[in-house]
Amino acid sequence: MNMVKWIEFLRARLGAVARISGIVLAVLVVLDAIPGVIGKEQAHTRLERIPGFWAVFGFLGCALLIVGSKLFGRAGIVQHEDYYDRLARRNTDRTVQ
Amino acid sequence: MLEFWVHPSLILILGALLLRLVPRKLRSAYLLIVPLIVFVRVCTMQNGVFGRVDFLDWSLTFGRVDALSSVFGHVMGLITVIGTIYGLHIKEPGQHVAAWLYAAGALGAIYAGDMLTLFAFWELMAFSSVFLVWSRGTPEALAAGYRYLLVHAAGGSCLLAGIVMVGQLSRGDYNFGLFDLNNMSIGSWLVLIGFALNAAVPPLHAWLPDAYAAGTVTGSVFMSAITTKTAVYALCRGFAGLPVLVPLGVIMALYGVVYAVLENDSRKLLAYHVVSQVGFMVTGVGLGSELAINGACAHAFAHIIYKGLLFMGCGAVLHVTGQSRFTELGGLWQKMPLALVFTVIGGLSISAFPLFSGFVSKSMIVAASYELHRPWVGMLLMLASVGTFLHTGLKVPYFIWFGKNNCKPETWARAKEAPWNMNVAMGIASALCIFIGCYTPYLYGMLPFPVHFRPYTPYHISETLQLLLFTGLGFFVFVKKLAPEPTISLDTDWLYRRGWNLFVRVAQQHVQRFDNWLGGLYRVAGLVPVMTAAVFASLFDNRAVDGLVDGFATSVRSIGARFRTIQRGAVQESLTFAFAVVLLLLVAVALLL
Repeated sequence: MNMVKWIEFLRARLGAVARISGIVLAVLVVLDAIPGVIGKEQAHTRLERIPGFWAVFGFLGCALLIVGSKLFGRAGIVQHEDYYDRLARRNTDRTVQ
Repeated sequence: MLEFWVHPSLILILGALLLRLVPRKLRSAYLLIVPLIVFVRVCTMQNGVFGRVDFLDWSLTFGRVDALSSVFGHVMGLITVIGTIYGLHIKEPGQHVAAWLYAAGALGAIYAGDMLTLFAFWELMAFSSVFLVWSRGTPEALAAGYRYLLVHAAGGSCLLAGIVMVGQLSRGDYNFGLFDLNNMSIGSWLVLIGFALNAAVPPLHAWLPDAYAAGTVTGSVFMSAITTKTAVYALCRGFAGLPVLVPLGVIMALYGVVYAVLENDSRKLLAYHVVSQVGFMVTGVGLGSELAINGACAHAFAHIIYKGLLFMGCGAVLHVTGQSRFTELGGLWQKMPLALVFTVIGGLSISAFPLFSGFVSKSMIVAASYELHRPWVGMLLMLASVGTFLHTGLKVPYFIWFGKNNCKPETWARAKEAPWNMNVAMGIASALCIFIGCYTPYLYGMLPFPVHFRPYTPYHISETLQLLLFTGLGFFVFVKKLAPEPTISLDTDWLYRRGWNLFVRVAQQHVQRFDNWLGGLYRVAGLVPVMTAAVFASLFDNRAVDGLVDGFATSVRSIGARFRTIQRGAVQESLTFAFAVVLLLLVAVALLL
C-alpha cells in the first residue's frame, strides 16, 4: 500500500517534518499579527484582537486540560480496569458463604 | 395523491421483520436496497402533516414533516445506509433486525406530531438497541446491556409520567410543540428529564460510555448516531431557548472532554466524546436564537456522519485485532493504513478543521453564543474544541496507529486491513465529511432557519488553524503524560453499580435488626396472650361445656330410670291410661275445629 510507503518516508525524516511544522506554526502567528491580513471585525472580545491569541489559547488550553484531567483522575476517579470485576467477585464470595 | 402516506419507519420495520425470510444469497442485496428505499423516501417527502390516526380518545399524528424534522430524518436515513453497508459481513440477521428497528424508532420519533407517538417510538428505540449491546455476547456486554435497559426504562417511565401530566394539564391535547418555557409544570420538567437522559446530560449520562464501548462493532456505529441525536431533535422541538440548557451543555462539553483524556479504551473515549459534542448541541438549543438552533441541527447532522466514521474506524481495529484499548495497540500504521486515513479524516472533521464538516457546523453555535453576548460560553466551548482535537484528532490515531507498539504477538498477527464493505462505508462517510465541509449549500439548505453565517472568513480560518495546530504542539510536548494506562474512570454509574451493593448490605443489616425486634415483639405481645387464651378456652371446654353436656345426659338417664319403674305390667292399668289419652286428644281436636 503506497500509504505505508508514504508514512515510512515521513518517519525516516522526522526532524525535517518537525522543522516544517514549526515554520507553519510561526507563519500562522505572524500572519495573524500583520494588521490587515486577517480582518478582526468578527472578533467579539478585546482579547481576541491580540495577535496569536488563539495560538496561546490552544497551547495553554491543551496543557490545562491534560494537567487538570490527570489531577481529577488521581483524586479517585481513575481505578484499575478490574475494579468492577473485583467487586463482583467479592460479592459472589460473600453470598456463597 | 396517495391516500395512504408511507412512513419511512414503516418501510424499515417491514424490512426488518421480513429479513429472515429472504434467502441467504439475496440477503446482501436486500440489505443494501431497503435502507436506500428509506433514504429516498425521506428525501422525497413533502412538508406537511400526514398520517393522522384517531385511536381511542386521542388523535395521533405519525407524520409531521417540516424543516426541523426533515434535517434529522435525512441524516438518520444516511447513517442507516452507511451503517448497514458497514455491517454487511454479519451473517446472523439478528443484529440487522435490531439496527433497522432502532433506526425505524428514531425516524418515527422524529416525524411524530404528538407525544404519545413520540413515546411509542422512543421505547422502540430503547428496546431494540439493547440487542445491539447484547449481541456482543461477552459477560461485560450482557451486564452493560442490562444496565442500559434499566436506565432507559427508568427514563422512559419518567418521560411517560411527564407526558401524562402535561396531557392532563392541557385537557387531552398531546400535540408535541414548543413547551411554555416560562410556566414549566412538573410534567414539563419530567419530559425534559426524559429527553435529557437520552441526550446523555450528566449526571444521567453514564449509560452511554458503558453501553457503547460494550456494544458490537456495527451496533455502536448505529448507537452513536441515533439515540442522542433523536433526543437533541426532541429538545430542539420542545425546549428551544430554555436557559438552564446553556450551563448544562457547557458542563457536558467539558465533562466529556476531561473523561476522554483519561480513557484507555478507544471506543469508550469516543463515547465520552459523544457526551461532549452533544453538549455543544444542548448549548445551542439552550441559546435558542435562529443561528443557535441552526447550529445545533447542523452540528447534529455533521456529528452523526463523523462520529459514525470514527466508531467505524476504531470498530474496524476491534473487528480485525480483537482489541480496543490503547494499552493493547500501537504501531498499526504498517498493517491498517486505510483505517488510519479514515479515522484521521473523522478526527479532522470532529475538530472542525477547515474544509471538513465540523468547521461549518460547530462554529455556528460558538458564533451564536458571541452574538447573544455570552462570551464565556463561547470561550468554554472553544476550550472543549481544544480537548476534542487533543483526544479524538490526536490521541486516538496516535496511540492506535503510531506510538509504542503494545500489541501482543497474536494481535499483531491478526492485524490487517478491514473487510471491503467496512472500507466502502468509511469511504462514503469520509467523502460526505469533506463534501459537507467544502460545499456548504448542501447542509445549509436543509436547516430550519435561513442561514446568513459565512464560515470561510480569513479570521475564522486563522482562529481555527491557530487553535488546532498549537493544540497539536501541546500534544507532542506532553505526549508522555498521555501514555495509556490500564485503567477505567469511575462515573455516576458507580452509584448504581457499587453504591447499590453498599445500600443493600446496609439495608440488610438494618432490616435484619428490625425483623428480629419485630419477632421479639410478636413473641411478647402476641404469642403470650394467644397461649393464655388457648388455656382458658380449653378449661372452658372441659369444665363448662362438657360439664353441661355430661350433666344433661346424667339427668336424662336418672329421670328415665324413675319413669321405667312407673309401669308395673298390669294390662288394665295400661289400657285405661291409653283410652284416657285418646279421649283427651279427640276433645282437643273437637275444640280446635
